[in-house]
Amino acid sequence: MVGGGGLLGWLSVLDRKLWRDLWGMKTQALAIAFVIAGGVSVQLLSTGMLNSLQETRRAYYERYLLADIWAPVVRAPQALLSDIRGLDGVQAAETRIRTGALYDMPGMSEPASGEVLSLPDSGLPSVNQVYLERGRMPEADRGDEVVVLESFATAHQLQIGDTVTATIHGRRAYLVIVGIGLSPEHVYTIPPGDIVPDDRLFGVMWMGRQALARAVDQDGAFNEAVVRLSHGASQAAVIAELDLLFEPYGAPGAYGRDEQISDVFVSSEIDQLRTMGNVLPPIFLLVAAFLVNIVISRLIAVQRAGIGLLKAFGYRDDEVGWHYMKLVAVIGLVGLFIGGGLGIWLGREMAIMYTRYYRFPFLVFDADPRTYAIVIGITAIAILGGAAIAVRQAASLNPADAMTQPPPPDYSKAAGMGITRWHAIDQQTRMILRQIIRWPVRASLTVAGVAASGALLIGTLFFIDSMNVMMDGFFNVSNRYDVSVTFVQPRPRSAYHSVTRMPGVLSAEPFRAASARLRHGHLEERAALIGAPPDPQLSRMVDAQYRTVSPPPGGLVLSQDLAIKLEVEAGDILEIHIAEGRRPVLQVPVSAVTTTLIGSGAQMRIGDLNALLGEGDVVSGAYLIVDPDQVDTLYTALKSVPLVAGTGLQALAAENLNDLMQQNLGTAIWIYTGFAGLIALGVIYNSVRISFAERQRELASLRVLGFTVADVSYILLGEVAFLTLIALPVGAAAGAAMAWYLAAAMSSELFRLPFVINASTFGLAGALLIGITIGSSLLVRHQIERLDMVAVLKTGE
Amino acid sequence: MPTPKAQTEPMEGLCFRTRGLTKTYGKGAAEVQALRGVDLELPDGELVVVLGASGSGKSTFLNIIGGLDKATSGEVFFRGRDIGRASRQELTQYRRRNVGFVFQFYNLMPSLTAWENVALVTEIADNPLTPDAALEMVGLKERQNHFPAQMSGGEQQRVAIARAIAKQPSVLLCDEPTGALDSATGTRVLEALKTVNDTLNATTLIITHNAGVAAMADRVVIFADGAVREVKVNANPKSPKDISW
Repeated sequence: MVGGGGLLGWLSVLDRKLWRDLWGMKTQALAIAFVIAGGVSVQLLSTGMLNSLQETRRAYYERYLLADIWAPVVRAPQALLSDIRGLDGVQAAETRIRTGALYDMPGMSEPASGEVLSLPDSGLPSVNQVYLERGRMPEADRGDEVVVLESFATAHQLQIGDTVTATIHGRRAYLVIVGIGLSPEHVYTIPPGDIVPDDRLFGVMWMGRQALARAVDQDGAFNEAVVRLSHGASQAAVIAELDLLFEPYGAPGAYGRDEQISDVFVSSEIDQLRTMGNVLPPIFLLVAAFLVNIVISRLIAVQRAGIGLLKAFGYRDDEVGWHYMKLVAVIGLVGLFIGGGLGIWLGREMAIMYTRYYRFPFLVFDADPRTYAIVIGITAIAILGGAAIAVRQAASLNPADAMTQPPPPDYSKAAGMGITRWHAIDQQTRMILRQIIRWPVRASLTVAGVAASGALLIGTLFFIDSMNVMMDGFFNVSNRYDVSVTFVQPRPRSAYHSVTRMPGVLSAEPFRAASARLRHGHLEERAALIGAPPDPQLSRMVDAQYRTVSPPPGGLVLSQDLAIKLEVEAGDILEIHIAEGRRPVLQVPVSAVTTTLIGSGAQMRIGDLNALLGEGDVVSGAYLIVDPDQVDTLYTALKSVPLVAGTGLQALAAENLNDLMQQNLGTAIWIYTGFAGLIALGVIYNSVRISFAERQRELASLRVLGFTVADVSYILLGEVAFLTLIALPVGAAAGAAMAWYLAAAMSSELFRLPFVINASTFGLAGALLIGITIGSSLLVRHQIERLDMVAVLKTGE
Repeated sequence: MPTPKAQTEPMEGLCFRTRGLTKTYGKGAAEVQALRGVDLELPDGELVVVLGASGSGKSTFLNIIGGLDKATSGEVFFRGRDIGRASRQELTQYRRRNVGFVFQFYNLMPSLTAWENVALVTEIADNPLTPDAALEMVGLKERQNHFPAQMSGGEQQRVAIARAIAKQPSVLLCDEPTGALDSATGTRVLEALKTVNDTLNATTLIITHNAGVAAMADRVVIFADGAVREVKVNANPKSPKDISW
């Protein structure tokens, strides 16, 4: 009983019945509400999070005037600015100085690097503004005042007034922090060539224009222009104009946001979330809707006697129908309420998590009302549709028939009964098999429901396997070095030899990197062209079987993503426009295409590359294997070498990437997995519970005949167990298909998710489903123990 | 705490003996006394017809001696064993070994044929008849491969009887076995029960509203207001054919 007369007194008698009926089936109603909540909340959380993230990014970029085009140049006269501003389609433009820096952070042995950007001498820049979180902007002529990127400041606990020692352009500088800020250019802060941000190791600072110009010998000049386009202007046209304008000043080529490292990463992640959001939540919602539909119709079907009774009292069909519609509507509303609340809350929390991670200065939480309408609509159709069918069937009976036991269902005509006549099976097993064969649609729906939740489990858990393989391939197979060292400019081979002689270096491999544009027909891609030794060991390109693919003399090895974008195969000739030095244009044959899971690659022999570039035997840096005991000594040594522009530390990168995956995608995956489990629970528990309701009389009769609780449980739960066992391989296959699709759909420019599902993932999903089946069975077994045998005998008295 | 004396008791020739049997449902204002002290002795092998109005306690009595329900107080002995104090598991075993039930609404398993419905019980019984023999006894051998949905009510009830007797029970308990049947079909069912009673010597209790059925009994027990009002011994039971409805 629920409530007193007080609350119920407000309701009509029929509504009181409804309320008490609901209370009587509260566990089951709640299980259905959970399935609804699962579908609804996943959809709402996904769209809420995505919309907020996109909206926040858009607002941030708009308010802080993120550039559309970046045009680096070696050194160009400041007078060019008016020419840039005069170009068609340019809404605003700024020139600036951008230079690399090494920081000597106290208490940290690893060398930290970063870049310093100039701010206009007066006023705010019209492109790429800095969001000042604390403090003030630096004075134009103060060479010692800087604003520091918030992430770097936080990682090192830097405060306003602190001093940082930096090496800029080979000169040591002591910089005083006057402000701490964020920038839309540095949402995702990583050094070029790296894949994971490390807030401790890479820092950005802003300095007054005059001061920085003096420090890097760029007085009256600039080395980067940033441009915002007018509405509707063609990015390609402006880039072409800028390239033409900068041609005499040594420009590697202008690029748009699609190649700006921070935005590429942010967009890639948002794209991945969108793909995941386009695929998984609708499946969740549809599976939930479908299950609820089945469960509701069976729930109403067992209310047949109640429906007959109401009709016998003189209630009209529509009144009876409306009564049961209200019953399921309450369940639906509870589900929508739980799911809606949970979905909006989780969506917001996830969006907050991302804004923190990406260091957006604010969050624009945006929940699209259309999504709510769709979600409510689908839920309503599923629930009311399921109820309508069953209610119509029950209401169409005349009251007397509805109130008596229905005639025994006819098993004689069901197809496939023949096999169940086999003598070796006992009668209980025969009952299980016949129940399934007699009601094949119902059995298939149960199988479909369990399989769907299994597929959802596998389809989401697969990401973890895939990411592990991806990381393993990148860190343990392709890039086996401990430390990478990059020089400020290409250096003669002697510089490489001096690095190999540094303390702790066990082995080393040189590399030459040149930024280039790869062209094939009308297709063009920017890439770093890497020169490697003939048989590289520390940084290799590998095929799908992890075998090294070394470039042959004169040839180029290309990663698959580039090959696809450029539409080239092994044997084709690629036109390579080197974007530095003498800027030669080369024709190089593609000798092999490899699978590269993280990043892209274009590799040739270092000798070939140097010969083509005509710069002699130079190297851009080295990959090192380091004695773990001497790492700190090596770091200290590297920090004191002015020609080193940056260092990459693999162990930290692996750790950071792992953290990143765990935090962002990982959270989403676990949430999806949790909901998949919830849906499985709802489906299986309801299947067992409804089967029990439908067959209560049969089971009680068996108990009367002297069958034990275990015997009777076998008949009821055996059916569910059997269907679950059938559902497991079906779910595994469907999950694998879903994973395959997601792997393909979610691969981005930065990552390519391999289609890998570990046996343990299948095992975990299977174990979860079996566990849920056992749990649900135990709950229902408890009901079998309490089955009222006397009530069976009393029927009809 | 049951005394050893209460657990077994010599009952020469008796199948059931109850003493001071009461059964109360509910509590307080909702309390219903279904049995108010039933003292009854039923000899082995007799065909007993139990008569009484609705609510007179006859079904409650049947449930208790059949091991489906427990008395609130009093004793109920089956062949010297106190089943009133048996555990749930012991009662399950008691039903499995000794009791055959026939219900008003047959309660056959719709997914099993006549033969299989009987086999359901013979598979768990200690010394059963074959399903064929049991069906033969109720005259349904030729319908053995039919499902309940393919049979008339009377045929379904005879399958239920075959299922109840296949374990060769000591007791056959029938609650309104003809309640849902027309008189001709009802007669055939009663004939089947009589045959079984004669052949297997199982103590047979038939609960009915129909006073005419009493004519076929060895003993008639009449219930009223939760107690036995009268027990009549019938020296010359009639054949079911000769009973008027």
